[in-house]
Formats: sequence, C-alpha cells, structure tokens
Amino acid sequence: MTRERRLSWINGLLMPFLNVLTAFIATAIVFVLIGVDPIEATKILIYGALGYDEGLGYTLYYATNFVFTGLAVAVAFHAGLFNIGGEGQAYVGGLGTALVALYLNPALSAWIVIPLAISGGLLFGALWAIIPAYLQAYRGSHIVITTIMFNFLASALMVYVLVNVLREVGEMSPESGDFIKASWLPFVHDVFASFGYKIAKSPLNLSILVALFFSGLVWFFLWHTRWGYAIRAVGKSNDAAIYGGINPKKVIVITMCISGALAGLVGINELMGVQHRLFLNFNYGYGFGGIAVALMGRNHPVGILIAAFLFGILYQGGAELDFELQNVSRDIVVVMQGLVILFCGGLEYLYRPILIRFLAPIEGTE
Amino acid sequence: MAESNIAIELINVDKHFGAVHANDKVNLSVQSGTIHGIVGENGAGKSTLMSILYGFYQADSGQIKVFNKDFRAISSKQSIEAGIGMVHQHFMLVDNFTVLENVILGSEGGALISESLSKARIELTRLAKEYGLEVELDVPVESLSVGMQQRVEILKGLYKGAKVLILDEPTGVLTPQESDELFRIFEALKNQGVTIILITHKLREIMSITDHVSVMRAGKMVAHRETSKTNPEELAELMIGRKVLLNIQKSKANTGKPVLVAKNLEIDNEQGLKRVSDVSFEAHSGEILGIAGVTGNGQGTLLKALAGILPISNGSIEIMGETITSKNSLNPEQLRNLGVAHVPEDRQRMGMIAEFIASETALLGYHNDKSINQGIWLKRALVKANCESIMQAFDVRPINPNLMSSNFSGGNQQKLILAREFERDPDVLIIGQPTRGVDIGAIEFIRKRIIDMRDAGKAIILISVELEEIMSLSDRIVVMCDGQITGTVNGEDADEATLGMMMANALQSENELKGAKL
Repeated sequence: MTRERRLSWINGLLMPFLNVLTAFIATAIVFVLIGVDPIEATKILIYGALGYDEGLGYTLYYATNFVFTGLAVAVAFHAGLFNIGGEGQAYVGGLGTALVALYLNPALSAWIVIPLAISGGLLFGALWAIIPAYLQAYRGSHIVITTIMFNFLASALMVYVLVNVLREVGEMSPESGDFIKASWLPFVHDVFASFGYKIAKSPLNLSILVALFFSGLVWFFLWHTRWGYAIRAVGKSNDAAIYGGINPKKVIVITMCISGALAGLVGINELMGVQHRLFLNFNYGYGFGGIAVALMGRNHPVGILIAAFLFGILYQGGAELDFELQNVSRDIVVVMQGLVILFCGGLEYLYRPILIRFLAPIEGTE
Repeated sequence: MAESNIAIELINVDKHFGAVHANDKVNLSVQSGTIHGIVGENGAGKSTLMSILYGFYQADSGQIKVFNKDFRAISSKQSIEAGIGMVHQHFMLVDNFTVLENVILGSEGGALISESLSKARIELTRLAKEYGLEVELDVPVESLSVGMQQRVEILKGLYKGAKVLILDEPTGVLTPQESDELFRIFEALKNQGVTIILITHKLREIMSITDHVSVMRAGKMVAHRETSKTNPEELAELMIGRKVLLNIQKSKANTGKPVLVAKNLEIDNEQGLKRVSDVSFEAHSGEILGIAGVTGNGQGTLLKALAGILPISNGSIEIMGETITSKNSLNPEQLRNLGVAHVPEDRQRMGMIAEFIASETALLGYHNDKSINQGIWLKRALVKANCESIMQAFDVRPINPNLMSSNFSGGNQQKLILAREFERDPDVLIIGQPTRGVDIGAIEFIRKRIIDMRDAGKAIILISVELEEIMSLSDRIVVMCDGQITGTVNGEDADEATLGMMMANALQSENELKGAKL
C-alpha cells in the first residue's frame, strides 16, 4: 500500500513537475539560441505574470478559460473519448451566451439573466458536441476526426452569423451589439472596490468563481455519483461496462454533451466578463490549450486548476516578454506551450523508468 | 547418472520483479530424452522460469547450462540456437498463412522465399514421418483444428532444431481425445531423443505422461520426484503446502421447479456470426447444470445471451417469470434486478475493471442500487464498507478496498467477483470458468461456495472448459459442439470418455453410421 501511494505520488506530482521543469530547460536553451538571457527572461516572465496586481489579474483571467476547456477535455477523457473539439464548442457556446445576453428583456434582474446566459453557453456547447458524439456512438465515426471537422464548421457558422445576422446595421466589423447590462459579470477589481479595497484594473471577473464551482462539480460528478462511475467504467473497459448493465453508447453521448457544455463556458469569461459583445475568434487557442491543460493536470480537477494557472502564467508572462525584449515575439509563448505539451503529453513517461529504479532499493528494505 | 545426460541445468537461478521474488534460487536438472513436468500454483514462478530459459527475461543471478554448456539468453534467438523450442499457451501463428509459411517464419533465409519453402517442405515431410506429426502443409492455419495448430507449433520448434521443447499448459484448449493424441506425440518425440518440459497444473497429466516432476511454490523449487514414486495427493500437498480435498464432497441435489427455460435458442456473436443454434434446456432451482464443450463451441455466446449481453435472434428464454425473445430483450441490469447473477468467463476484461480500486470493481453492475445512492450522491464510504464485508466473507486477500483491482492475484480477483455476485442472494447464477487461472487452494474454496449456493436452492448454470470441474460439480451436464447440444447426461453417470465423444460430436456420427448400416 505504501508502494501504491508512492507510485501515485510519482505519477501524480513528481513526474508532471519534472516534465514541466524539462520543458522550461528546453525553453531556456531556445532563449540562449536566439540571444536572450534566460535568467532575465524568467524574471520578466514571472514578474509580468505574478509580480503585480494587474499582471496577476491577467494571469487568472487567462487561467479561467483554460480551466473550462481543461475540464471539458478531462471529462471526455474519463469516458475514453479524445475531445479535440473544445475550440468549436467554446465558440458556439459563446453564441448561446450571446443570444441570451443580447435579446433578453433589459429590465430583468442580473440574478435571472446571468444564470440564463450561462445556461445558454452550456446548452449550445453541448449541442455542438452531440452530433460528433452520436456519430461515434451509433455510427462508429471516430470522435477525433468529427470534432476537428466541427471546429471548422463552428468557425464558418460563426462568421456567417456575425456577418449576416448579428452585425448591427451600419457597422463595419463583424461583431454583435452590446449585451444588456444585466448580463455583465462584475470585474474582480470592481467587487474589491465595493468593499473598499483598491486593486489595479484587469479583465479578471467573477467567472473565475464559476470556474472553481465547475471544477468542484466535475470532481463530485466523476467520483461521487453513479453517472460518474458509469463514465469511468466505459472509459476503462467497454466490455466490463456492458457487463455491468451500462450502455456505452448512451454514456458516450451524455459525456460529450457535458464536455461540450463545459467548453461552452469560455464565452462566460470572454463575453459576459470582459467584452460584453460577441466577436470573431474570441475562443482562439483555448480549446487546444485545454488539451494540454488536461494532459498536464492528469484529468483531475485539482491538477487542471494548477495546470491552467501555469498556462495563465505563460500567456501573461509571454505577453510581457514580447513587450520588454526586442528579439522576442509573442510566438515564444507558443513555443513554450509546445514544449510543455511535448514533455507532459508526448514524453509523459520519460522519467518513469528512472524514478522506479531509483525507488526500487528503498522499497526492498521495507 | 552421467553428466552428459543432463539437457538443462539451472543452478541457483534468481529473479526479482520489484519487490516480488519470482524465482528464489531455483535449481532444476532435466535429463535428456525424458518428459519432465513442472507443476505449481499460479504465480508460483513456473512461467517466469521458463521465460528466463527462453530468453524473454534475464535472471538476476544464477547459472544455466544447456547440454553442459554455459548459456545466457538475451533474446529467444540464442535459445533457439541452443536447441530450445517453446510452445506457448496461446499459439504464435499467423492465421492466414499456410502451415508451411508459418513454419519458416523467422527463418526465411534470403529475399526470395521459394527456395526456403521447398527446403522446408522436404524437411517437414521428414519430421512429420519421424514423429508422427502429420499435418497438411498447404492449408491456411485458420482452417485447422486447435489440436492441429498445436502440432504446427511443435513442428515449428523441431524445424528450428529444438532438442528441448517447452510446452506451457498445452492441453488447456484440447478435447480429452486430442490430449491423448498429444501425449502419443510426446512419446514419439521422447523415443527420438527429444527432451520435453511440460508446464501444467493438471496433476492427471503429470501422472500419466511424465518421467520426472518438479514442484514450485511461491518462487521456490520445493520438490523433485520420480513420477512413478509419487501420487497426486502428495503433489497437490507440495504445491500448496497443505492437504487439499481434490474431490469435493457434495450431497444429492434437491431439485426444485424449473426457473430458466431455454427453447430453440439461436444466437449470433458480436461479429454477427451464428454461434448457437436450436439449443433448448431447463435449469432447476437447487441444481447445478453444467455446460461442457471445447472452447469456442458456442458456450461463451450462450452465457452472454443468458446474461443479457447479447440479444437472441430466435427462440426464447423464460427466466424468473419473464420471457426473453428476439423482440423483447432484457439488458444485464434488468436481469440482475430479476435475481440473475453472472460471473463472466473473461474475468480480466469483463468481470472487473483492472484500473478501478477493489471497492469500485465490487460495485460493477450494482452502481444504481438504491441502498448506496442518496439522490445524486454515491456514498463511497458505504461502498467501501460493503466491499470490505464481502471481502471478509470470501476470504479475499488483502482486505483492502482501496487496492487497485489489477494488484490482486488471479484467485483473489475471482473471489472478489464471486463475492460480488453471490452476496446479493440471486436466484439464478450463471457462472463461466469459475476457476480458470486460479490456484488450487482457491479452487477448493470456490467450488465449495458454488455447492453451498446450490444447497441454498439457487439454480446454477456452470460453463467450464475443465471437464473435471464440470464432472465434480454438476448434477446434470449438457454438452455443446459447434453451437448445438450434442448430449445430456446425469452428473453421476458422466465419464470423461463419453463426454469427450460428445464434445467432438462423435457419438452422433457413430450412431448415424450405425443407422446407415442397419
């Protein structure tokens, strides 16, 4: 049992930590190659992401998006499904949110509008996942292929909707009009201000609480309900699930709906929290980032929170690097992300044999 | 005994897997030209030992001599060169290759294979004659019977120059007649000077065919015996370290009313191939109905249909007052609610989830049970407590509901599954291969529990490839061959020869022959 615990400790904490560390070392080498002092770059990155109110606010704001898409990927993964479609589900989910936030009666209370707008995101995200799910469950079309295709479909659909339907008369840019006030999620700096604390302005808004709430909900759902049990059973062994009276086809459809719904929450943060209107490509990169976050976070909500925070740091710190250093562009963030994904995903078990061998003599003495 | 007579000698061979001491200073010497049996419970280290000999693993320490030469295999290549051949439990054959193509696999010898094919043909014809191993060379392997495929495996070894053949549980997939045939081949091989190492857990085979027998227990070699100077009881005791009841005592069945009636069943397997046709039988409460047959003759498909996993395409099953037809099917959960419990044949893939902890495996099939759910909340503490109590009742070791299912031994996994199904107090029990891959101590325990359930008035349908198991447990036996029932006998009247004939569907053809003559 101690061996069990030690192994789970290696798998859950030590290995991800070493993998991230390796990714950073590799990034440092890249910095040296392009003539940037890696220590200085690290200082800028950390300070830019965590060193002051505004930077931290941005970091957490980016992290919020990654929590939603990370949870989406993780839930699907527990049923053995690789949902690559977070990008599209987030996009269409945003449409759901926007429709509620645009057309509801402006006189309604925020206590009614906000839950409805969130539900709109959940519903549209789920709907966008249901067709790939159905095709996987009942027609055997691989979910990876169909969800990727649905990302492109979402893209085309949103351009059409924004240009032809939601664009206001006389406007040049493909974006909707402003959301009704009642749908705006308060900024964290405003909330603090109302209690008398003054912090710097940042896009960080109360959707971070929604993200924490859904993290807890996903944890409870997966490990403390019979449906979560069914999902995990299907993911681990289809035959055993059937034996246990679980219908894997239904589970696939339901799981993908939940996954899509979670991805659909990106719009809460971006649209209801910050921009208060629907515009093109607000979802850009978060759906795919969510895959890396879920991988790094071992598909566990706690791990996802940590990984999302790390990705938030990379996003915000990377922007600072771009700003501060001349021979660094924002693309360096993509490089760093790529390295993190490479070492956490592709080379997940890089250190495992070494760690096991290292720990074997300790176990022998027990 | 002269030194030169030793084919294989192991001296203090030691092998660890992490904390597991798989082979603990094992000594073994196998005389050339004899049949040497190695017996032991599952996990005793037999397979590890043979894998070291065949180059799959390397020993941590110790010495191996093959024909008095020091030997250290890094891969199976060295073993083959040293004259060791291995026939695995699961055949290593390419199904759609012909026999000839399979035999030269790995020794094609050049870019063009026509030359080696014709060379192999001559050599194989010679070998087949010499050892009585006649096989058609130009038919695809998949069209051969299992017994014939095994011959191909043996031929493959001999063709590569094996002077020592290791066979891992070779009779597991054979009918008794095919096994006897295999033993005749062993005799022929032995007479030609080939050394045979036979790994098995069937003591009957050890007694009837081997010259020497070595017993392993918990990684150690505990005894070497000349077969003529030992007996099954002694060997069983050596294997598990205490006395065992090889024949389970059971009283006469107190048969009640029929609770499961199958009529003219026709069932397709997962691939849509018809595997069961026109099967009818009744199972009564208080009775064990055994279904015998060689693996793959439709018993597995039948079992899945009875458990609601596969739909039936024709006929009907009346079960606990409900009627299942092709139009009205019940899923596994509905059947469980009716009081039908199912212990699946494939423990690893179906009965449990290897990556779930024990308490979650103990929940499989019952996760919707009201007693452990409160609203949406699945009460894990209660699930664990329940798991602990059924583990106690079935002596599952270690009693730890948090341990990963895959970390239990085969016997304990099986006991956990049986505990899950038995402790729900079902009325009908459908049990597939209850003791496959389970050690002797656990076999005894499991069989006793099955009989206890019968005595408690449950209807039990038992499917097993172990004839001995079917015969010692069943009150009535139906035999299946090629998807049909080829015979029904009472448990006490059953003998191996008759069942074997029915399993090969030979009785009927004999009768037909007689009928034709009359």
